[in-house]
Amino acid sequence: MITVYVPRDSAARSVGADEVAAAITHEAARRQIPLHLVRNGSWGMFWLEPLVEVATPAGRIAYGPVSAADVPGLFDANFQLGGTHALRQGLTAEIAYLKNQERLTFARVGLTDPLSLDDYRAHEGLQGLQRALSMTPDALVETITQSGLRGRGGAAFPTGIKWRTVLNTEAPQKYIVCNADEGDSGTFSDRMIMEDDPFTLIEGMAIAGLAVGATQGYIYLRFEYPDAWQTLNEAIATAYAAGVLGASVLGSGKRFDLEVRLGAGAYICGEETSLLESLEGKRGQIRFKPPLPAVQGLFGLPTVINNVISLATVPVILARGAEYYRDFGMGRSRGTLPLQLAGNLARGGLVEKAFGLKLSELLYDFGGGSASGKPLRTVQMGGPLGAYLHESQFDTQVDYEAFSAIGAMLGHGGLVAFDDTVNMAKMARYAFEFCALESCGKCTPCRIGSTRGVEVVDRLLAAGDKTRDLALLNDLCDTMTHGSLCALGGLTPLPVQSALKHFSEDFGLQNPAKRSHSA
Amino acid sequence: MSAASAHWPAWHEASALELLAPLLSLPGPLLPALHAVQAHFGFIPPEATALLATTFNLSRAEVHGVITFYDFFRREPPGQRIVRLCQAEACQAMGSEALAAHAKAQLGVDFHQTTADGRVSLEPVYCLGNCACAPAMMIDERLHGRVSAARFDALVLERESA
Repeated sequence: MITVYVPRDSAARSVGADEVAAAITHEAARRQIPLHLVRNGSWGMFWLEPLVEVATPAGRIAYGPVSAADVPGLFDANFQLGGTHALRQGLTAEIAYLKNQERLTFARVGLTDPLSLDDYRAHEGLQGLQRALSMTPDALVETITQSGLRGRGGAAFPTGIKWRTVLNTEAPQKYIVCNADEGDSGTFSDRMIMEDDPFTLIEGMAIAGLAVGATQGYIYLRFEYPDAWQTLNEAIATAYAAGVLGASVLGSGKRFDLEVRLGAGAYICGEETSLLESLEGKRGQIRFKPPLPAVQGLFGLPTVINNVISLATVPVILARGAEYYRDFGMGRSRGTLPLQLAGNLARGGLVEKAFGLKLSELLYDFGGGSASGKPLRTVQMGGPLGAYLHESQFDTQVDYEAFSAIGAMLGHGGLVAFDDTVNMAKMARYAFEFCALESCGKCTPCRIGSTRGVEVVDRLLAAGDKTRDLALLNDLCDTMTHGSLCALGGLTPLPVQSALKHFSEDFGLQNPAKRSHSA
Repeated sequence: MSAASAHWPAWHEASALELLAPLLSLPGPLLPALHAVQAHFGFIPPEATALLATTFNLSRAEVHGVITFYDFFRREPPGQRIVRLCQAEACQAMGSEALAAHAKAQLGVDFHQTTADGRVSLEPVYCLGNCACAPAMMIDERLHGRVSAARFDALVLERESA
């Protein structure tokens, strides 16, 4: 029997994967060709989606991007035996985009059927959890500390230190909360893990529970991800039925329960304390810190709150050891980062690489330059609160410290590319607008400052006293940076001021800094 | 009943209580409760505020505060289908503003409005996680990528694309 793969990932479905799968089933029946259709995860090569693969003795052979109308032609070309066709991309594993990655967190994504626990086990699944069950909580936390894993949500706080605090805090109940409120534009790695390899997140959360002594986990998922909601709930039900979750995790006698909760369209709930408020059923307004969530988190009890990617990376660290993971990367940025190439790029997708490669490699070698064919003008790295980078900065190494040194941030690893038609004054205005829209309202610099920011950018662009408005804008940014309670108000000045610094001509300003860039 | 609410059941307290019953033992039940109410009635009817307050021992002000904090919870019935156009940066880089202008002109509504025939509610959304296939759109719970004006017409207006 021939096995054919068509992804079930929502991005693949968004460009016709379901229609392609139906056409393949229909055409195979018509031609009386017996075939087994697997809805796998997406490899994350989205310009090739829908990407159809067929298993051959030499390995899986890829065809893409396939439309339903291409399907009869594929059968005519005997694609089910790996036949030649204009859409044939060769062996999947040999496609340069994939071959040149270091996939640790995403090792199974694309390869397996996301909802098959057998497939998961057959590809190293549950080995980390098995190993964790033989270790003391202290040794578990130490392994995570030694791996050098830092929070992949964006703040890059050492995961081991967070876990240590929760472990050391005595309480009758502790919680593991997964932040799956992936709201940054240009990011989709959390979504892919949840849709394309959900068991790795479940396993990571169970390990976290064992490490700190928490028996209840929550995944706080944004409503904008209905496919992830469906997949996670199915995977959790399967995990309960197989004894991976519940009263006795893998027969150990140790309990871990897990539930998915749905958000309701508030970007601020990606901030950890807002998320906790929201989980408690309140308005998602941020809390003052301290107390830290690790000491007083969900329902006032010690809580590990980690991003999807951080938790989904825990199983591979346990399965292969802290050293194995730590040996990837550079400086204080250890391991790998799943980067997301988005916006105006010819080859958008998911690229997991060890820290240390250059941004330009992502943009041109992986990304293939702009989708429009026009020159790339800027890249926003790290979501809506990240800096806009100038071409002269494209050689920056992908590393937390290197980005911080140029006044930018890696954040959650999302990268949005713009061609030369972008108006940077408009993007700066949008940054304030977005902040105004999403501010939780708790602190004044963010709540009021964002609206004043929109107004002052408008005035700056209109004819008038530019010197005065520019001084006002910088003063406002200064207040927001230093006076806001959380990253939303505190970082909104980053896209604004980077746009102003590198692209002042879009604001109708002369800027001497401009000339030094082109040098 | 207005055209817009014709697709959803009218408020019925007993049905609402049935929806809430399995949530009574949950810690922090208000968001799951609001999701359940909206999934059934299409929006959060005004009568629901008092019922939720009584059920979960909260003040009506607290419940109202939560409903109004979150964009997803509607206080008006939606159209037959909810079309969400992504307006975030990655989609902007691929022409989402032009697509939004096209959508508004074709439907004759602005964002946060419902067409006069009650068929479509148009909403902006800030990231659907489909940033490598921009511009992105979601119709109810179904995601669409690489949405051109012609594809919008075919999917939303059910008009044959050229």
